[in-house]
Parts: sequence; structure tokens; C-alpha cells
Amino acid sequence: MSVASQQTSVRTGLFSRALIYTVLILFAVYYILPLFVMLVNSVKPLDEIRGGNMLALPSEWTLAPWASAWSTAQIGIEPTGLSPYLWNTIKMVVPAVAISILLGAFNGYVLTKWRFKGDTILFGLVLFACFIPFQIVLIPMATVLGQLGLAGTTSGLVLVHVVYGLGFTTLFFRNYYAAFPTDLVKAAQIDGAGFFQIFFRILLPASGPIIVVTVIWQFTNIWNDFLFGASFADFDSMPMTVALNNLVSSSTGVKEYNVHFAGAILAALPTLVVYVVSGRYFVRGLMAGAVKG
Amino acid sequence: MSFLQINNLYKNYGPVEVLKDINIQIEEGGFLVLVGPSGCGKSTLLNTIAGLEDITSGNIMIGGRQVNELHPSQRDIAMVFQSYALYPTMNVAQNIAFGMEMRGVPKPEREEAIQRVAKMLQIEPLLKRKPSQLSGGQRQRVAMGRALVRDPQVFLFDEPLSNLDAKLRVDMRTEIKRLHQNMATTIVYVTHDQIEAMTLATKIAVLKDGVLQQFGTPHEIYNNPANLFVADFMGSPAMNLIPAKLRTDDGGIIEMTRANGDPIRLPVSKMSAPPGAVERDVILGIRPEAITDLSSAQKDNAHQVEVDCLVEVVEPAGADTFVMTSFGGKEVMARMNADFIASAGETVPFAFNMEKAVVFDPSSGVRI
Repeated sequence: MSVASQQTSVRTGLFSRALIYTVLILFAVYYILPLFVMLVNSVKPLDEIRGGNMLALPSEWTLAPWASAWSTAQIGIEPTGLSPYLWNTIKMVVPAVAISILLGAFNGYVLTKWRFKGDTILFGLVLFACFIPFQIVLIPMATVLGQLGLAGTTSGLVLVHVVYGLGFTTLFFRNYYAAFPTDLVKAAQIDGAGFFQIFFRILLPASGPIIVVTVIWQFTNIWNDFLFGASFADFDSMPMTVALNNLVSSSTGVKEYNVHFAGAILAALPTLVVYVVSGRYFVRGLMAGAVKG
Repeated sequence: MSFLQINNLYKNYGPVEVLKDINIQIEEGGFLVLVGPSGCGKSTLLNTIAGLEDITSGNIMIGGRQVNELHPSQRDIAMVFQSYALYPTMNVAQNIAFGMEMRGVPKPEREEAIQRVAKMLQIEPLLKRKPSQLSGGQRQRVAMGRALVRDPQVFLFDEPLSNLDAKLRVDMRTEIKRLHQNMATTIVYVTHDQIEAMTLATKIAVLKDGVLQQFGTPHEIYNNPANLFVADFMGSPAMNLIPAKLRTDDGGIIEMTRANGDPIRLPVSKMSAPPGAVERDVILGIRPEAITDLSSAQKDNAHQVEVDCLVEVVEPAGADTFVMTSFGGKEVMARMNADFIASAGETVPFAFNMEKAVVFDPSSGVRI
């Protein structure tokens, strides 16, 4: 394989090689440019931005916009910065990711290893959750949250995200466990392991790759969610995405672009970190699930 | 009173009957081999004994206790799977001890049992390894260790050797036989390999399409097959099955046609005359080793018949020389002495040991 690709690269001449690299570099610049603009302008004083030239490096470096975005910027009516809302988001994301993954893994286990009549139909119905647009469920969901007494709370948001995430987590784990040898479950049964022991001792420890995939998937989706946060959260439980919106689209005073850029980077940073750290598992795990499933 | 009893067992998947009226008994310490072509229901039968599959009707008794409704873990059995089914995230010692852990056996006792089994199977240096770091033969040993450590009433083996290469398979076969001799625990063993069945079993059950074809000792199965299927399936090279006519007028004569149309007549002894008819179509079954050259034939055997036959193909195999001729339009294989010399086209005397011959009804396939 590697030999073959070396041979082809030898045959392609210098010119075409240069062409390929030029195109690749162009695309890379194209993709990196927005991030560059955000970074550069978040460390400039506001005057420099207003002076024009968004692409230039700052002549005067400052971290004041970051500090402001973090702790003093005006969000709605309170000058709190984004930090309290970051905490809100964490309180929402961590339980929502954990619960939806655990339940999804459990669903996958039951749907593949404890088959029952109608299990494929049930799985099909669960998959519907992946295809229903968020906007459709806003009003019924609001009613349900109100009846449960969870309206405007972080727990309410966790519930919404768990319900919405279940379709995907079930899909991931079902496909992964479908390729998991059933003989292992039989052997564990003969060894005397019960329903939950088989799940927690045999299947779950062998689920590393798919857990990574699902964590990334769920973490990114829930962290970046704006619609549910804007619709169902109160001022106390408002996630960071909504706070960022309030920061950027406040209609009074001067538009502090440098602070907005800093805030946007702050809000996006955790997902970026998660993706960089475990991105290669993501691709690998997705492929594994896809091929074997 | 037999130790493992299967009585009138039926198993259906919806409208499909996969096991029909199975009756098998095996004494304590016996080695029962379930053999048959793929899809014959032998693995399903093993799974019903293990309790991994429900039965539709009938009952299964282990040691005088009816186990139909019992959970697999309560049947006092241990199973070795074809895929070994080792828990991938646990090391060898944990794999072996998992069953004991589930039953709440205290740790010192578990350690002791692991050491005992590891020693028996010579896997002591592997105890800390993960299954993925083991070779096929080593995994096989660990899988057996996991079964051995339970000290069950019955061992169940589901084609345990089919994932090994040919040489290792023969070694492990001997090892299983030795293990059985040392422990004297009852074993039920599933295989599609009739040589494994012959070498290991004290009793063989031959299955086809969910029906028990014959149940008996390897000797009975080999020498007195109940029907054409068993005759053809057991033994390698396979039994010669030749269309023939049976005449009962003068003491029993089998008549076949040679390639050139001439008849060949062989006397049959222990043949019960069919009622009424003097002549009927039959299929003669005779194993290759019952047809041999004059030098290897038993001289004082009264059932020995010498016939001149045309040699068509000669296949020297080292220990024996296989010689092909044909009767009744079928190729007939004879197993000659290794030093037997003949070339194709020659006509030489063949010695038929008619004591070993069996006769089947051509339409029903049942032995006459």
C-alpha cells in the first residue's frame, strides 16, 4: 500500500505536486481564516478594529477583551461576563451526556443481546428521534416540562437533551453491540452472571471506542445547543450559547467586537479541545460501527 | 440409571421443527459426541442441554434432576465455545475466576483454584495476559480452564477444535481424551468431524435434519450403520455403496454388474430373508478395508470371498494403497497392503470380507 503510493508520488511531477500543495494550502487558509480573524481581533483594543483592517495583527496587544468577556461584560442586564453561564452549561452538559450514553448503551445491549418480539420495530421508532427537527417539539416539550415542574431549570434542560440524544446513542451502541460476540453473553450466563452483571462487567468495559464516539457526539451537540437553551432556560439556568447571543446582540451602547470575539472563542473552546484530544478515535469508532453494524 | 438423559425432546423455532423426538442416555463418565453435517441441529441440542435455549417439549435430566426450567448457571454444567468466548477485557486469571466470582467464592479459594487449573493445563505463565495476546491453542486451553475450574457434572464442548490448524487439532484432541480419562466427568461434545467423533466418543449420536439417525458406540456406528446416511457420513474414506440385487434362494447372494456387463456374485451370510420376494434391489455397503488383496486378507475367515476385478486407479498413500474398481456403475474403493503392486488395466484377485458387508433398502435407506 505505502509502496504503491510512493510510486505514484514519484511519477507525479514537480509541477502537479506544487499545484496540489497550493490548492491544499488555499483551502487550509480558507478554513483557518475565520478563527484567525477572531483570535487577532480579540486581542486588539476596540479603536484598532474600528479603524478598519480586520486581518492585520494588533499594533497594541491587550487581554482586556478576554477579561471583560469572562467576568465583566454586560449580559442582558447583569454585568457578569460569561463565566456563570459557562458553569450553567457544564451543569447541563455533564449529566446529559452521561445519562444519555448510559441509557443508549443499555438500549443497545437489550436490543442486540436480549432480543424480544418487535425489537426491530422498537429500534426503528427510537431512531425517529434522530430525524425529528427540534422546532417541532418545542411547544409540546414546554408543556411537558411545565407539568413536570422542570420549566426553566437545568434539570429540565438535561431531560430534554437526554430524550433527544437517546436516538443517536442507541443507534451507536446497538450497531457496536451487534458485532459483539453473543457467545460471550452465553458464557457469562453459564458463569452465573445476571442481566446487569453481564452489561457492566462484560459489555461496557469492552465499549471504549464507541463510548468515545458517543461522548464527542453528545458533548458537541449539547454544548452547542442554542434553541433548547433559549426556549426552556430561565435566567439562572441559561447556558453559555444563549448568554453569548445576549452579549453579542445587546442593542445598547457601543458594539465591543473584541469582547464578542473573545466570548465566542471562550464558548467554543471546550468542544474544540474535546475534538482535538479524541478526534482520531471519533473517526475510527464511527467507521468500526458503520462497517460491522 | 443413566446420568444424562434426554427424553422425547422437541425444539421448534416458530413453525420449523429443528429437533424431533430426540432420545439419548449416557452413563456417568461417558463421552457423548453429537455429530452431523452443518444445520443438523447438533449445536442447538447442546444449547438446550446448557439451558441457553428453551425446549418445546420433552425433558432433560442431569444426575437424576430435571433441569428443563433451570437457568444455565444452576445446571451444574460448563461449556467450551467454538469461538472460545473469552472475556476480552479480563486477563486469563480473571477469565478463569469469573464464574467463581459470580457465585461469591472467597478470593483465597479462587486463587487456589486458578493455580490448580493453570497447572493442569500448563498455562501458568499466561495468567496475567489478555486473551488478545494469546495464540489460538493457548486461548483454547484457557477456555477449557474456565470450564474445568467449575468442576461441573457435565462438560459441554461446542466444536472446540474447529478454529485450530490441523496439527494442533490432533494434539488438542489427544489432550481432551487424556483429560477425560483423568477426570472421568461426563462430556457432551459437538463436532462435524467424524474422525473426532470416532476417536473421542464412548457413545456417538448421529443427527441429520434434527432427527437422531443412530445412537451407539463408535464400533456399532462404524460397523453396523442404521441407514445409508450414517454409513456414508462416518468413516474416511467413505463406505462403498453399490447398487445390487439380493437373491435369497440359495442362502443369500448379492449380485452386481461389472463395468463390462458381466455379473459378479458374492454370498452374504447373516442376511434375514425378506418375506415373500426371492429377489430385490438393495444397496450393498462395504468399507474399503473389507476389500483387500490376498496377502493382507485373513486366510481362515470363512466369509472371505475372492473375486477377480479390473484395477482402474491405484493411489498409494504410504501406509496403504487405495485401489479403485467399479461395480454397478459406482466406483468401489479397496484398501490394499502398502506393498501391493498393480497397474491400471490389470485384473487381479480382490478379497471381499463379506462378514463386514451390510445391505440397505434403496428407497428408504434403512438397513436390512
